Amino acid sequence: MTALSPATASASRSAGILPLLKTAFVNALVALVLFSLMVGIRTEAGSDGQLTYWTRFGELASLVAAVFGGSIVIELLRQWIGPTGAEKLVPPAVQSGMSFIGRYLAPALLIFTLLVPVIFYNQRYILDLAILVLTYVMLGWGLNVVVGLAGLLDLGYVAFYAVGAYSYGLLATNFGWSFWICLPLAGILAAFWGVLLGFPVLRLRGDYLAIVTLAFGEIIRLVIINWQELTGGPNGVSGIPRPSFFGIPLDNSDDGLAAKLGIEYSPTHRIVFLFYLILALALLTNWVTIRLRRLPIGRAWEALREDEVACRALGINTTTTKLTAFATGAMFGGFAGAFFATRQGFISPESFTFQESALVLAIVVLGGMGSQLGVALAALAMIGGFELFRSLEGYRMLVFGMAMVLIMIWRPRGLIGHRAPTVYLTKAQAISSDLVKEGHG
Amino acid sequence: MDYFAQQLINGLVLGSIYGLIAIGYTMVYGIVGMINFAHGDIFMIGGFIALITFLILVSLGLTAIPVILLVVLLVSMAITALYGWTIERIAYRPLRHSFRLAPMLSAIGMSFVLTNYSQVAQGARVKPIPPFITGGYTLHESADGFVIQLSNIQIMVVVTTIVLLAIFTWLVSRTRLGRDMRACEQDQTMAALLGVDVDRTISMTFVIGAALAAVAGLMYLLYYGTVDFFMGFVAGIKAFTAAVLGGIGSLPGAMLGGLAIGLIETFWSAYFSVGYKDVAAFSILIVVLIFMPTGLLGRPEVEKV
Repeated sequence: MTALSPATASASRSAGILPLLKTAFVNALVALVLFSLMVGIRTEAGSDGQLTYWTRFGELASLVAAVFGGSIVIELLRQWIGPTGAEKLVPPAVQSGMSFIGRYLAPALLIFTLLVPVIFYNQRYILDLAILVLTYVMLGWGLNVVVGLAGLLDLGYVAFYAVGAYSYGLLATNFGWSFWICLPLAGILAAFWGVLLGFPVLRLRGDYLAIVTLAFGEIIRLVIINWQELTGGPNGVSGIPRPSFFGIPLDNSDDGLAAKLGIEYSPTHRIVFLFYLILALALLTNWVTIRLRRLPIGRAWEALREDEVACRALGINTTTTKLTAFATGAMFGGFAGAFFATRQGFISPESFTFQESALVLAIVVLGGMGSQLGVALAALAMIGGFELFRSLEGYRMLVFGMAMVLIMIWRPRGLIGHRAPTVYLTKAQAISSDLVKEGHG
Repeated sequence: MDYFAQQLINGLVLGSIYGLIAIGYTMVYGIVGMINFAHGDIFMIGGFIALITFLILVSLGLTAIPVILLVVLLVSMAITALYGWTIERIAYRPLRHSFRLAPMLSAIGMSFVLTNYSQVAQGARVKPIPPFITGGYTLHESADGFVIQLSNIQIMVVVTTIVLLAIFTWLVSRTRLGRDMRACEQDQTMAALLGVDVDRTISMTFVIGAALAAVAGLMYLLYYGTVDFFMGFVAGIKAFTAAVLGGIGSLPGAMLGGLAIGLIETFWSAYFSVGYKDVAAFSILIVVLIFMPTGLLGRPEVEKV
């Protein structure tokens, strides 16, 4: 954490090495105070409840030195690059090349994704990771309807994921219903909860909406934890049936798919099936979203995102517009939840924390609100990047948080770009919506 | 009745702590118009710094409790305030004129950073301190032996809150800084044109908010006797709920909302079930917002076209 102040940074750009050293020195001093107690002294509770502590001045010194060196490097880089702009960072030639690639990127990516189980058939780890990434792609596309298209900030999206997962888990374990009956039911139940959440939220705007959705997500999680008789509380629901290939189980038995097809059984079959299942669900989400966007309701969502007051002035019913957005987004969350439950075979409230909501929201915003391809790429980058740090257990979320802050500072509108409204009345606005202050959501 | 009175006392004490954190949310929201998601974690950091300072002072052989308390208060306020200042510089200032979601995500990222920083630096286990302030008064003893207790620590929490609130109200309504803050709240561009240093005012807002959160962290440490790296999240959401409940942007509202959340939580745990106390607090937030979309003391938002 370096404390770089823009004021001193601009001053040092014209001057020599001395102000640079001064800035670095001040930053190091700030770091020294910040880290002095938290890093310099380590506390630990003993077995008798007595606190002990020991000093870690070596770590403290190296951290402060790192801040000192880091701020010099950053300052030098800043002087060398100068004021950053899109033009300077990415030359126009590269930009046009990228937009050329961009046109063919989506189909190429889709073909590659379809081939993943063929290419990596024997690499279980990669297949599992691909399924995880696709789950987040689906969640991101689902939330994209609410946040990206309708502009409603939802901090409790994971609640619908939880509703879907528990709907399937409880229906399947209590009544023995098959996945293919429970999947639509999970979607419908989640959509129902979406509408239920939508009602109180209708009159709220901006940050009030954010806190109510956050509260709603927490309420669902707390009810799941506390309603022991139904949900098993913190122990979760276990023994959730694995999915079947339209009624034919994917196992080693005589009735199994492998036996019926007359091929040798392999546990990878189920993984491959799960892969194509989530891919199909994700593509369904994508297809429905793109279709809806061209219908009046999708246009109304986009209009709502751009300006709610103008929307109402034009006679668009904002009530149904918001409710449908919540319900559609929630339904896809519910589908993803049902898939999650069948993949894991076990669900517990721990999987549905605020951290998950923030992760999905980060995927949507980093991908660029409303951009379908952007969300998919952001999910790949975030979940894949997250995996890279798996060995650094404690530091993983630290790095993730820092990345969120840095990406927001670098590209506040998302990594890939965002989707402009589908239609314009006469011609596109002269000023892009990026540059004007946003209306309240 | 006695049981009710005891719960009332407990609820007011808890509410004071929430109120102190909520003021930080409300101030930042009033001036910058963003939810500082990391504020709950600043409260947690304040608690940790207080704990470590306690340890050092005690191991240095200091025994005078008022001196220890004063030093701990000052050190934790100072360092936590510097945390607030640094966070504003790194994560929020570059995004001040960015679109609405950007500072919020950056704040969520900052909250993750602080939580995990504290976990990496201090470990995941709950850290207890021995009770420093003991004793109290028996207010009333009923025939069946139920005693209404008012402990010294409870008195201290409430008195500290009242004193800080008084200082703070004076600061906002009477000083140059307070005038600048109110000016920035009205219209930042206009305030800047009239010679208000907007950057400095916003920095000071974060500093004061963080210092108050540090006091809340110290009070929490003394009252409950423990800190842990995750306590910022729940306390932060509660305090934020309090700020929204009271009408975000309004200082008396934040205190009122804090007391309301503290009382709701305490009474719910006392008469119904402990497990659902947070559900109760959040549900009441939703119900209040349905009927009063800008909170209890909030100003109605003007729609700008």
